[in-house]
Amino acid sequence: MPILQKKNPVDFSFSLITALASFTVVLLIGGILAVLVRESSLSIQKFGIIKFLVSTDWNPVTESFGAATTVYGTFVTTVIALVIAIPAALGIAIFITEISPNFLKGPIGIAIELLAAIPSIIYGMWGLFTLAPIMAKYVEPALQKSIGKLPVAGMLFQGTPMGIDLLTASVILSIMIIPFTASISRDAFNLTPAVVKESAYAIGATKWEVVKNVVIPYSKLGVFGGIALSLGRALGETMAVAFVLGNKHEIATSLLDAAATITVTLANEFTEADTDMYLSSLFYLALVLFVLSFIVLAIAKFFLLKAERKYSR
Amino acid sequence: MAETVAIEARKLNFYYAGNIHALKDINFSACKRTVTALIGPSGCGKTTLLRCFNRMHDLYPKNRYEGEIIFEDKNILSNEIDLIALRSTVGMVFQKPTPFPMSIFDNIAYGLKLKGVKKRSDLSEKIEKALKHAALWDEVKDKLNDSAYELSGGQQQRLVIARALAVEPEVLLFDEPTSALDPISTGKIEELIVQLKNDVTIIIVTHNMQQAARISDWTGFMMLGELIEFDKTDKMFTAPSEKLTEDYITGRFG
Repeated sequence: MPILQKKNPVDFSFSLITALASFTVVLLIGGILAVLVRESSLSIQKFGIIKFLVSTDWNPVTESFGAATTVYGTFVTTVIALVIAIPAALGIAIFITEISPNFLKGPIGIAIELLAAIPSIIYGMWGLFTLAPIMAKYVEPALQKSIGKLPVAGMLFQGTPMGIDLLTASVILSIMIIPFTASISRDAFNLTPAVVKESAYAIGATKWEVVKNVVIPYSKLGVFGGIALSLGRALGETMAVAFVLGNKHEIATSLLDAAATITVTLANEFTEADTDMYLSSLFYLALVLFVLSFIVLAIAKFFLLKAERKYSR
Repeated sequence: MAETVAIEARKLNFYYAGNIHALKDINFSACKRTVTALIGPSGCGKTTLLRCFNRMHDLYPKNRYEGEIIFEDKNILSNEIDLIALRSTVGMVFQKPTPFPMSIFDNIAYGLKLKGVKKRSDLSEKIEKALKHAALWDEVKDKLNDSAYELSGGQQQRLVIARALAVEPEVLLFDEPTSALDPISTGKIEELIVQLKNDVTIIIVTHNMQQAARISDWTGFMMLGELIEFDKTDKMFTAPSEKLTEDYITGRFG
């Protein structure tokens, strides 16, 4: 079918409007990418691609910029957030789909969606005023006393527990991505045909065995997709993290150190960028994030598409 | 009657959530080493009755049984019954093939592992036996590690039967096992069911009256939640005692 139907004038204008709206999106993405590349060209020329990505220098005074510290901060907060969020989210999804009595399914589902609807700045404020002191006073000392004493894992918990650090930021992030992961996993779990579950019960499987061996393998791809989407969200989250991360451009080996992520650096430093090179490097950083998010989204889409195809058979 | 009863329902009533009275005073028994068919129009309760025998209804809330089902001298409707153990002695095969998302080998190993069989050599032996029993061995012996989804529908259904057989059940319940299959696969499954009655007691729900006539020894005719007539298959299909049964099997309704 041609995109524009010419015969009927109402149809024609309707098609035209929808087509214009859709192409605007494509144009916008192209436009944003073009602006990022143009604005960062100064920095790209000076530092190149590899050198920018591996340099740990972020020094506005000497105008020497590298993305390694912020990429590292982004990576660490995201990974730890996922480590915390995935088990919790899968637990929630399993409870809602397989275990909870019917009258609880609705309220819990709504509560999770509400969690997703809270603006991230509120998470940030809550993190700074409530979570950070709790982390500093109770959680982090306890971690230092237990895991901190172990030989290798202990390295992660050195230093003074301040509450403004990688760990707190990761916890906040994890709370923010739990609803996404949980609701996408729930939808994926619900795709498991009832009759396949029944036949597992019919040969004497327990609830746990059905979930572990039938429901989870069946919905694996959908769950991966959900995780990848949450990963994208965690990569791009700014406000909640900005409050509790401390904005320090160093590669910290301890989770109790302050650090910086790409987004936090951008939010904090645009106002201070007084030289062309500084500004251009910030744009360059944004470009790195843009590409990273794009890759993550592509991976998510790949899994979700594969899952869809598998079940539509 | 020389045959011994394997499983028997006495004055069984069943209510779905919302107090829907789906089975009314059912008295029904299946003899050891026979095939018993349940026929009747859609919605008559034949699948509901079948699913009482392995307490499948317990998976969903607010379903309620009344009466007794006697199996191995115990009332399996009592609360003390271990459902997990019951379901590994009363197996079930469903309308559509339901392979699990794993390899052919693991599909059959699954039930065995649940029963505590761990040694690889024991597993292999039992799996080969079950596949041979289900007449699938020759078709899959070279690809046991392939995904079960790669088999055809008829093969998948025989795989599911092998999976149910592997745990050596006493009773096997079939819920319209051939309704999703082509005639050739259907023929194979029917042959298989007739062979299987040497080892297990079989109760089969079917929409297909010819199928009931071909493979079963006993037939029950159900309507609106009641067991209208229950007799030897030969007699049911030649000289039924009830008018309703006769009308149904001669195709006057249903």
